Amino acid sequence: MSEYLTTIGLEIHLQLATKTKAFCGCQNKFGQSPNTAVCPVCLGFPGSLPVLNKEYFLCAIKVALALDSEVAEKMKFDRKNYFYPDLPKNYQISQYDMPLSKGGFIEITIDNAVKKIGITRVHMEEDAGKLIHDEKEPFSYVDYNRTGTPLLEIVSEPDIASPDEAYSYLVCLKSVLSYLDVSDCNMEEGSLRCDANISIRPKQQKELGTKVELKNMNSFKGVKRALEYEQKRQLETILAGEKIVQETRLWNEDKKRTEPMRTKEEAHDYRYFPDPDLADFTISRDIVDKIRESLPETPQVKCNRFKDEYNLSEYDASVLVMDKPLSDFFEACVKLYAKPKYIANWLIGELQSYLNEHNSEFKLLSITPRHLTEMIELIDKGVINNKLAKDILKEILSTGKTAGNIVKEKGISQITDKSAIQQLAYEVLKENPKVRDDYVSGKKNALGFLVGQLMKKTQGKANPAIANQVLKHIIEKDKT
Amino acid sequence: MQEYCKLSANQLKEDIASKNIKAADIASSLISRYDKVEPKINGFAHFDKEILLGRADTIDKDPKGPKNSPLNKVPVVIKDNICVENELTTCASKILDGFRPPYDATVVAKLKSSGALLAGKANMDEFAFGSSCETSCYGPTKNPYDLNRIPGGSSGGSAALVAADETVLALGSDTGGSIRQPAALCGVVGMKPTYGRVSRYGLIAFGSSLDQIGPITKDVTDSAILLSVISGYDPMDSTSVDISVPDYTKSLAEDVKGLKIGLPREYFIEGLDKDVKERVSAAISVLKELGAEFIEISLPHTEYAVSVYYIVGCSEASSNLARFDGVQYGSRENRDSLMDMYKATRKRGFGPEARRRIILGTYSLSSGYYDAYYLKAQKVRMLIKNDFDEAFKRCGLILTPTSPTPAFKIGEKIKDPLSMYLSDIFTIPANLAGIPAISIPCGYSKEGGLPIGLQLMAKHFDEETLIRTAYTYEQNANWKKVRPNL
Repeated sequence: MSEYLTTIGLEIHLQLATKTKAFCGCQNKFGQSPNTAVCPVCLGFPGSLPVLNKEYFLCAIKVALALDSEVAEKMKFDRKNYFYPDLPKNYQISQYDMPLSKGGFIEITIDNAVKKIGITRVHMEEDAGKLIHDEKEPFSYVDYNRTGTPLLEIVSEPDIASPDEAYSYLVCLKSVLSYLDVSDCNMEEGSLRCDANISIRPKQQKELGTKVELKNMNSFKGVKRALEYEQKRQLETILAGEKIVQETRLWNEDKKRTEPMRTKEEAHDYRYFPDPDLADFTISRDIVDKIRESLPETPQVKCNRFKDEYNLSEYDASVLVMDKPLSDFFEACVKLYAKPKYIANWLIGELQSYLNEHNSEFKLLSITPRHLTEMIELIDKGVINNKLAKDILKEILSTGKTAGNIVKEKGISQITDKSAIQQLAYEVLKENPKVRDDYVSGKKNALGFLVGQLMKKTQGKANPAIANQVLKHIIEKDKT
Repeated sequence: MQEYCKLSANQLKEDIASKNIKAADIASSLISRYDKVEPKINGFAHFDKEILLGRADTIDKDPKGPKNSPLNKVPVVIKDNICVENELTTCASKILDGFRPPYDATVVAKLKSSGALLAGKANMDEFAFGSSCETSCYGPTKNPYDLNRIPGGSSGGSAALVAADETVLALGSDTGGSIRQPAALCGVVGMKPTYGRVSRYGLIAFGSSLDQIGPITKDVTDSAILLSVISGYDPMDSTSVDISVPDYTKSLAEDVKGLKIGLPREYFIEGLDKDVKERVSAAISVLKELGAEFIEISLPHTEYAVSVYYIVGCSEASSNLARFDGVQYGSRENRDSLMDMYKATRKRGFGPEARRRIILGTYSLSSGYYDAYYLKAQKVRMLIKNDFDEAFKRCGLILTPTSPTPAFKIGEKIKDPLSMYLSDIFTIPANLAGIPAISIPCGYSKEGGLPIGLQLMAKHFDEETLIRTAYTYEQNANWKKVRPNL
C-alpha cells in the first residue's frame, strides 16, 4: 500500500431533532407506529404546499457555523426529481447550486498530530420514507413517518487519507454536533448516515484515481471496515492490471465486503430546478450573527480549558470533551467535590469500560454527579476501598441506588479494625510460610502477595493500607 | 320554480335577505336547472345532488347561521383542480379517478366559512392543460352560446356554468389565461389576481410559479365580492403575500377620469379577428368618452411569451405531476415490477396532452438541455416582467383583447397543439409577470353572436384599479347583454 495513496471523501446525512418536520407541522419523532406522523404535506398529497420550518433553518445555520462554514446570502431550495415509492412527491426538496453554506473544516487527531479535514458544503434537504420488505409477501410496505424529516448533508473535501482518518473524522464530527444539541447522531437508528467516496492512485500520480461510492454502512466501525475492504479491493484490482470502474457499491456487513449496486451509466438525471413553492429569501446577517454569538463552547476550546482549569492531561481532557454530556457531568461533579483528577480517572476508566461492555452511551445512563462524588467521598473517608468502589459503581449504574445505600444494604464497609485484621494476618502468614521467608530475605514485593491473600479472605473489604501495615509489623516483630 | 342562478350574487343576496329564501330552495332550483341544461353543457365534472341538499340542510339548520356572511347561501362551483374535503377532486383526469382529498383548499375553507353553498366541481381541461376544455376525461364542455363550440379553457366548465346560469359564482384557476380566455369566450367576467394574492394551498399544481385561483362571475360586482372573500395571506402557502386585503367592493365606482391606459402595439396585430378588433375599439371609445386617456405602449418581448410559458409551465408541471404514480391515491395499474406499474399507471391515467406536456417539461429540465431551455426561458421571463414594469411607469392600466378570436369549433384545433397554444397569446404575459388581469365582456361577434372579451392588466396588487375600470365600462357599455338560448 505504501506505493499508493488513498483519497476519501465522506457525505454525512444528519437528521435534525427539531420538534416538527422540515416543511409541515407533523411531529419529528423516531419510533412511532407506521404512517401516524403524517399529513397531506409530507405525504405529498395533491395541492399541498411546503412551508419551511423556522427551527430547522436556525438549527442548520448553527451547524454550519460550528463547522466554520460560510453561510450563503440567500436561501434557495431546489427539487431533485426521481421516482421511488418512499418519496411521495417523486421529488425531494433539496439544495443544489446554492447550498446553505460552503467551506469549513473539522479537526481530527491522527498519530498525535492535528489534521484539518475540509468541509465542501452543508445543505438542507428533506428525508424520504422507509420501505419495509417482507420476504413472505409479494409486495412491500411504505412507512411515511420519516418523510419530511429535516436533514443536513455535510460533504467533506477529499482530504481523508485512510480509513482510520475517516473513523476519526466521524467521531470528531459527532463530538462537534453533540455540543450543538441538534441531533441524536445515532448511526444505528439512522439519525446519522454516511456514504463514502474512495479512490487510490500511485504515489507519483497527481490526478486522483477513479472513485467508487460506498453506501449502506450502519456504524462508524462499519464505515472503517468498508473503506479498508474497498481500499484493498481497489489495490488488488490495479495490481492485477485491471481498471477500477466508477460505480456505487453497497457494503454487506454480514459478508464483510462491498458489492456492485449501479455504474455511472445507470446514474439518475435528477433534473434539479428551483422549487417554485418555496420563495427564495435573503438570510439576514443579524440572525447569523446572533446564532454565532450563542454557539456553545467547541470541544477544542473546552479541552484547553479543562487542561488549564483542572490540570488534566491532554489525553484525559480530550476523552472527556469528546462527549458533551460526559464533559458536563465531569464539571458538575467537580463543583460538588473538588477533586478533578480523581473524578476524571473514574469517568475515563471504570465508567468507559462499563459503557464499552454494555455497548451504551453516556447520555443514556441515569447516574447523577451526586452519585459519583458520594462514592468518591466514601473512598476518601476510608469507608470503602477502590476495589469495592468498582463494584459499587457498577451497581449504581445498573440500579440507580446511591453508594451510601448500597454500602448499608450489603453491609459492605471496609474493615479498618486493626485487631480483626491482625487475626487474619496471622492466618495468612501461617498458610504462606515460604512467601514470608522470601520477604524476610529481602524480596520486598512478596509483601504485596500477602496483602492480596488477606484481601481475598475479606472479599476485598479490608483496608489495604492497614493490612499492609499490620502484616509488616507482625513479620518485623517475629524477626526480633 | 324560481331560477335563482339567473341572478348575480349581489342580487341574490338581496333577495335572500328580503324574502328569507332557504338554502334548500336554492339547492332545489340549482338541481332543476342542472337537469334542464346540463345535458347540453356538460359543465360539471362532479355534481352530487345528495351532497348539495345535505349541505343546504346544514346551512338552514345552523342556528348561528351565516346571515351576515358575505356569501350567505350563494351557490359557488369549484374548478375540479381545487381540493374539497371528502369530495371528488380529479383534475378531470383518469389518473385521479375516485380521489377525495382529506382536506379543504384554503379558498374552499374561506368559502365555507363565508356561508357559500358549494355546488359541485366544474369540468376543465385535464390538469388545466388546454384552452378548449376538450382534454377532460369527462368529455368537452360546450359553449352555452353555440353548443358546437368550445367554452375556452382550461376553466371552461366554470365559465360555461356561470354563463348557462347553472351557478351564480365559480372559481377557476389561471396559469396562462385559463380564467380569462373561457370568461371571454362565454361572455362572463374572469379575474386572475396578482400572484400571491390568493392562497394556492389545495390547488393541484400545474405551473406553481404561474398558477393563481380567481373568480368567474356574471358581472364585475360579483368579481369584487368573491375576490374579497378568497384573497389574503396564508401561512400554508409560502408564495402568498402578506399584504392586507382591501374591501374590493369599495372599488365599484364609476371613475376613470384622467386614468392613463396603455395599448401595447404588439397586441393589436394582423390576424386579429375582425369582430374582436371592432368590439375592443368600441370599448376604448366608451372609456375615452368617460375621461380615460389612451397611449400607445410597447411590450417588446411579447413574441417570446408563448415559448417561455410552455417551457416554464411544462417544466414545473413535469415535476408537479410526478406524484401521480399509483402508489398512494388515484388509479393504479398493477404490474409485477415497480417500473412497469409506474409506466402502465401513467400511460393509462394521463391523456395525450398531459403526456405531451410532461415529456416537454422533462426534456427541458434534462441535463444538457437545462441551460438552453429552462434557464433561458427564466431569463426571458425576467425581460417580459421588465417590459411591464417599464410600461406601468407610463400608464396605470393596459388594455388588450383577451383572446385573438371568439370561440372556435369543437375539434377545430385539438389535433394542432401549436395553434391551440396561440389562443393564449394575450393572456400568458400577465402570468409570467405575476400581475393581475381581468377579462370582461365587450359585445358579440356579428355572425353567430359569440361573446367577445377585453382584458385589463394592472400593476402588482392593484386589483382595485382593474375593478374600478372594469365596473365603469360595464355600467356604460353601449351593447345589450344577450343570455344564451338554452
